[in-house]
Amino acid sequence: MVQLALPKNSRVTRGQHHPAPAGAKRVKTFKVYRYDPEGNGNPRWDTYDVDVDACGPMVLDVLIHIKNTIDPTLAFRRSCREGVCGSCAMNIGGNNHLACTHGWEETAGKDCVISPLPSMPVLKDLVPDLTMFYAQYASIEPWLHTTTPEPQKEWLQSPEDREKLDGLYECILCACCTTSCPSYWWNGDRYLGPATLLHAYRWLIDSRDEATGERLDALEDPFKLYRCHTIMNCAQVCPKGLNPAKAIAEVKKMLADRIV
Amino acid sequence: MASYEFIDHQFDVVVVGAGGSGLRAALGCAAAGLKTACISKVFPTRSHTVAAQGGISASLGNMGEDDWRWHMYDTVKGSDWLGDQDAIEYLCRNAPAAVYELEHWGVPFSRTADGKIYQRAFGGMTRNYGEAPIQRTCAAADRTGHAMLHTMYGQALAKNTEFFIEYFALDLIMDEGTCRGVTAWKLDDGTLHRFQAQLVIMATGGYGRAYLNATSAHTCTGDGGGMTLRAGLPLQDMEFVQFHPTGIYGAGCLITEGARGEGGYLTNSEGERFMERYAPTVKDLAPRDMVSRAMTIEIREGRGVGPKKDHIFLHLDHLDPKVLAARLPGISESAKVFAGVDVTREPIPVLPTVHYNMGGIPTNFFSEVVTRAGDNPDQVVPGLMAVGEAACVSVHGANRLGSNSLIDLVVFGRSAALRAADTIKAGAKQPVLQPAHTDGHLARLDKLRHANGSTPTSQLRLEMQRAMQEDAAVFRTGESMASGVQRLQKVHDQRPDLKVTDRGMIWNTDLVETLEFDNLVGQAITTVVGAHNRQESRGAHAHEDFPDRDDKTWMKHTLTWFDDASGKVKIDYRPVHDYTMTNDIAPIPPKARVY
Repeated sequence: MVQLALPKNSRVTRGQHHPAPAGAKRVKTFKVYRYDPEGNGNPRWDTYDVDVDACGPMVLDVLIHIKNTIDPTLAFRRSCREGVCGSCAMNIGGNNHLACTHGWEETAGKDCVISPLPSMPVLKDLVPDLTMFYAQYASIEPWLHTTTPEPQKEWLQSPEDREKLDGLYECILCACCTTSCPSYWWNGDRYLGPATLLHAYRWLIDSRDEATGERLDALEDPFKLYRCHTIMNCAQVCPKGLNPAKAIAEVKKMLADRIV
Repeated sequence: MASYEFIDHQFDVVVVGAGGSGLRAALGCAAAGLKTACISKVFPTRSHTVAAQGGISASLGNMGEDDWRWHMYDTVKGSDWLGDQDAIEYLCRNAPAAVYELEHWGVPFSRTADGKIYQRAFGGMTRNYGEAPIQRTCAAADRTGHAMLHTMYGQALAKNTEFFIEYFALDLIMDEGTCRGVTAWKLDDGTLHRFQAQLVIMATGGYGRAYLNATSAHTCTGDGGGMTLRAGLPLQDMEFVQFHPTGIYGAGCLITEGARGEGGYLTNSEGERFMERYAPTVKDLAPRDMVSRAMTIEIREGRGVGPKKDHIFLHLDHLDPKVLAARLPGISESAKVFAGVDVTREPIPVLPTVHYNMGGIPTNFFSEVVTRAGDNPDQVVPGLMAVGEAACVSVHGANRLGSNSLIDLVVFGRSAALRAADTIKAGAKQPVLQPAHTDGHLARLDKLRHANGSTPTSQLRLEMQRAMQEDAAVFRTGESMASGVQRLQKVHDQRPDLKVTDRGMIWNTDLVETLEFDNLVGQAITTVVGAHNRQESRGAHAHEDFPDRDDKTWMKHTLTWFDDASGKVKIDYRPVHDYTMTNDIAPIPPKARVY
């Protein structure tokens, strides 16, 4: 008889509660996913009643406040705190956001629920393992391919051709889009996912690149590209306002154009 | 002490840090056939180069005539004659080739109508030796650092650089004055690693987080500077800390100088464009130290804006919305998110904010680390190089010009790789490392991991940051700096009382932040001690008791050694290189610095 069970550490238990300090006037509860890889327990939800008057406006401000004054063991990535490095991507109130540019007041309801980016293995607390994501990015050879001998000065590129890179080159590799994609949840081992495909299109459409054919060959695969079913979560969550789904559609069009 | 074991690696070159300079050095070494590792505490594209906005300077002449000699003149003058002129010549004459190289790798530069790289005006960049502002700063909208960093990471992948990502570097392996490698802690599985190499290149960035308000990322903790001090080597010119005139009031996020390069201007509470009074020729495009001082004076004299009259307005609302969308989209977004301002309609509230460290690990223009040994002020430290903001070449002297840091990264990242290829042999035999070389590294890690005092790291860090913010600011007095020295000595004295709560080895960010604090504190102390010692005003160091530059006594680099046990600083000096690298340009003699 087949034995069905949830994978290890799927069951999240109730964790510790940290009450607000005495005298706090405005209190909001933050429910945070905790997982200690060196302990024996399952993951848990810890709740922190935070005096939000002592915090800045962003979710990252709250997390730093928790780490500095309530619980130094809370682990999360962060760096630039201005939405350009892509470190602090996480799931906040059910959607993927950058903690540094997402205001805690924007989450509806009493509690603000914070968990790691969905579908990735969790290393600790809010820190997901992005190894696969980075490997997929590297697989599309994200650099300019040219065979013509380089000019002494710059390659010329018209402002119109340069404009084609807008909406693509701004990607910060935060993985908000890729980890919000149900197709990626299902086939993340073989489907490249929206962020990587957006980058693939960024190089395909660069007027200076001379490997269009090879790049398209590499993408023509039932899984790598065609697992995009235009669910569009990617475009909805991108913290930089980019549209990976459109980039993927453009790649599909380029492949179709090649056949007809 | 718990027992720890190292996993061993051997490379020809190990680069510590994967920002702009680290990636350029690493990919250059790899391309030269050297077995190269690049270790970084963050994924490369998360390094702080990503936040550079305005551009990268090079005399391409795409917007009208330009000359590397003009660029050199501006840089020497910008440095207030503390920059080494041989290194500045190396920087400026190699700059155009470095930018073309980036373009050939795919950096999506903005373009002129005829398809060339677009260049914008920036502070202190002038034509014909100071005549008028010039457009010399090559830009990819206002995301130049982001575009460069992502492109160089791609190139590093193309050149088969081996990356060790989310490894936190602990200490340099020193063997009787020679550097033989570096130890590191791998965050995702808690293992410790010993990287042996013929050459270690430090590309660890600045230490902006020694201050409370900085445009710098949380990760800008100057880890390489801390490692260098612990290795018994000096840091140079630490008293020179750049305040960027336009950090967003409150949040501290950067608004590029390119905003003024595209026509933006500053006003006080009377609506006056006050920079016209301070720098009649270049106005709002004066160098950063001067603009930051002018803003501080306006606020001090009661002409600040806002309910507390404690900041200044930056106006972009007169510019064509199309220009804002094409050239300044990133800062338009930042202003919206962090100040709630629509830049097409309202001014942005701004304040001078800690931004860049001119000081760092002293090097020559081959990027080799140097120290003073007896009468020799240029003694090379074998096996060790430093590049980028971590280093002090010194091309920025007492004040860096905007857009000269990105060019510094690639020119000296490249110079390090060239020198490595010239001086070491791929696969050469390396000596056997002894436990004694690394016992101290483990003892330090273990001590901090089990620190069980009563002062949490966050609390002591805050004390340090407050002291720096208040006592080593835009303007300094003998009194404020004496107070800073005293307050930081108190912080140092509390280090044995630190408390770390998390005892784990996997992604223990409590311990990471403690190790980072441990790296910061020595640099904070050498900064205030160096500042207190320098009795003149030069570039970013504005000493109110000594308002003039004193070339006779002080045209020299400060060297500071830090004794980790006592917290005491030893000071010595190196002469400024007032000679050029070649005869293609005569040395630029010191004169009054007016714009």
